[in-house]
Amino acid sequence: MSTTAPTDPAPGLAAYSEVTAGEASLRRFLHGLPGVDQVGAEARAAGLGTRSIKTTAKAWALDLAIRMVDLTTLEGQDTPGKVRALASKALRPDPADPSCPSVAAVCVYGDLVGEVKAVVGSEVNVAAVATAFPSGRASMAVKLADTRDAVAAGADEIDMVIDRGAFLAGHYLQVFEEIVATREACVRPDGSHAHLKVIFETGELQTYDNVRRASWLAMLAGADFIKTSTGKVQPAATLPVTLVMLEVVRDFREATGVQIGVKPAGGIRTAKDAIKYLVMVNEIAGDDWLDPDWFRFGASTLLNDLLMQRTKMTTGRYSGPDYFTLD
Amino acid sequence: MAKKSTPFEYAPAPESRSIVDIKPSYGLFVDGEFVDGRGSSFKTVNPATEETLAEIAEASEADVDLAVRAARRAFRGWSRMSGRERAKYLFRIARIIQERGRELAVLESIDNGKPIKESRDVDVPVVAAHFFYYAGWADKLEHAGLGPDPQPLGVAGQVIPWNFPLLMLAWKVAPALACGNTVVLKPAETTPLTALLFAEICQQADLPPGVVNIVTGAGGTGQAVVSHPDVDKVAFTGSTAVGKAIARAIAGSDKKATLELGGKAANIVFDDAAIDQAVEGIVGGIFFNQGHVCCAGSRLLVQESVADELLAKLKRRMGTLRVGDPLDKNTDIGAINSREQLDRIRELSDIGEAEGAERWAPPCDLPASGFWFPPTIFTGVTQAHRIAREEVFGPVLSVLTFRTPAEAVEKANNTPYGLSAGVWTEKGSRILHMASQLRAGVVWANTFNKFDPASPFGGYKESGYGREGGRQGLAAYLKGADA
Repeated sequence: MSTTAPTDPAPGLAAYSEVTAGEASLRRFLHGLPGVDQVGAEARAAGLGTRSIKTTAKAWALDLAIRMVDLTTLEGQDTPGKVRALASKALRPDPADPSCPSVAAVCVYGDLVGEVKAVVGSEVNVAAVATAFPSGRASMAVKLADTRDAVAAGADEIDMVIDRGAFLAGHYLQVFEEIVATREACVRPDGSHAHLKVIFETGELQTYDNVRRASWLAMLAGADFIKTSTGKVQPAATLPVTLVMLEVVRDFREATGVQIGVKPAGGIRTAKDAIKYLVMVNEIAGDDWLDPDWFRFGASTLLNDLLMQRTKMTTGRYSGPDYFTLD
Repeated sequence: MAKKSTPFEYAPAPESRSIVDIKPSYGLFVDGEFVDGRGSSFKTVNPATEETLAEIAEASEADVDLAVRAARRAFRGWSRMSGRERAKYLFRIARIIQERGRELAVLESIDNGKPIKESRDVDVPVVAAHFFYYAGWADKLEHAGLGPDPQPLGVAGQVIPWNFPLLMLAWKVAPALACGNTVVLKPAETTPLTALLFAEICQQADLPPGVVNIVTGAGGTGQAVVSHPDVDKVAFTGSTAVGKAIARAIAGSDKKATLELGGKAANIVFDDAAIDQAVEGIVGGIFFNQGHVCCAGSRLLVQESVADELLAKLKRRMGTLRVGDPLDKNTDIGAINSREQLDRIRELSDIGEAEGAERWAPPCDLPASGFWFPPTIFTGVTQAHRIAREEVFGPVLSVLTFRTPAEAVEKANNTPYGLSAGVWTEKGSRILHMASQLRAGVVWANTFNKFDPASPFGGYKESGYGREGGRQGLAAYLKGADA
């Protein structure tokens, strides 16, 4: 993934500078977005879920899904040993098959970035959660220090959480400014910047209307990716929530020319589910997004199911779980 | 910065047709047995390949007479049977339909051309639901609000169309049987196969002989069914022209009739609608079942202030529709049911173009053989265009615009039809207002083409009379209870 220096906002984005100039205009804009009909959005997601992806298409999708995984461990019990093992797996998900691609990134807490980096070097990205993950309840100074720490330790990507309390209270400008400040904290001394993923915790925002507003808010504030969940709140990623976010990034590129990535995270455990997401990416946002630069899965157990299905495609047999590594 | 990746090509995912056993020829189903017809025969073809599927007997007037006699004989026992006993048969039929669901879905897609996704996920489940629903009514008729002791009419002559062969059969047969009537049913000549498989299901359910009789054939057979003197009730779904002919044929007789005819539904999108879901609703409203739907949302009325944005999204969405092999699980739009229908769609579309409307269809490869028409929209359409007034009965959408709610109502109602309508707005009060103003039997709000056995269905004006489905659907099959 390229890590380019922040440039002047795209010309398309400049048109929105008045929108983000003040609380009132931002609110007017976000509340003026077209609504999302819950029943319709869920029916559409379910309909896409009935696509039948077989043979060559399935093999292609499984490899792509592996390349899109942000292999994640975010536990209080994480140790250097544990994350090093996970990092090794990220590099070579299937030791028995050298043709198996690496995953996109390893996602850990900020203090473990160095451990991962030592194993993966620059072959796989390191993503760090920051800004008082998962609740986001800390002072701005703490959130920014958290971010700078992770960037200084070598994180390629920062997964920040928004202040859901502020969002639900209608303090949109506050949320906007926090994202802008975090993005500034992602800048490295050499001027390049760590890619910023903005987590909404859609399970707490609850309505699809809120998800659409949060998505526009984050994109206007300079997010590189918008991400559904921390994985700590249920429900985490769902097909309809991701559908709404994919519609938004599609519309945003249409309006501004800027392409933003999408990352559903939490609760995606099977290859079958992952393929449903890819079908949705393909048919809602379009095939420009079918790339690890623009779509990721935040997951841990998903990887082994992808590997099992991949082996099944090549050998024709299902192997037991002992044939796949545990990390 | 956008990096183009390789396209996601879905590999073919065909449903196996080996589950279905299509015989080389079929007779008529009369008095519980398959019998040879006395008339000639005709062929039914797979509209996706033009391959001949089977030779079907064409019932003559004498065959129809035998079927009506069998139904009359069976009526004696069936109408006197307790509702609870009749319900057992209907429940049994419903369960067998579920058990043989895949077989029915595959056969329906082969004979009709509709995508397996729809026959499997819509047609067959709703068919089973209708039998379950009316099975539940069979022993509760005295509580339906239609009199203390409602009595069946007798023999029902039923003529159904080719767009939903099995579903229309269920809409007709289930309430008739639940109320204690016996039936003589004529399926459409291009789609007789699932009705004949249903006959087999009746045998499997041990339904008493003569309660359900199925006579295949074309217009002549249908005419013989509806005008037979011993038929007490006529139920027809199909074109307005044939509906009028039937109404004339039975005028002056004491036959009761329900007619469910054509439509030219307005799908009205206001500027505050949930736009992405409205686009889905428009697509589902007109391209579901290749647009072979009497209640299809074939006229899109969109508020001018969002028309450009909506049309851009609609065209983008239409580009993802997959047209092709009906048995492929990823097919969204299947084959047009017959050459005759394809010709009609082509003719009206050409007229639309000639009258100055702008035609657009996404690029799509259509198979070389079979009957196909791409999903198509016409923009710049006015009320004066024929494509805005006549029922195309195909995947063709006419787009008109409006400025105010009053204008939307005026345009929506300015049609000889009145079967259905759709309203898209996030404003609840506007939905209720529109529903009260629109002269249509069904008004969907923020959705389209939703069918449930508990909900009555039927039209205003030239879309017919009588209601099918729900408690109201019982009235069409009981004495003294007017629909």
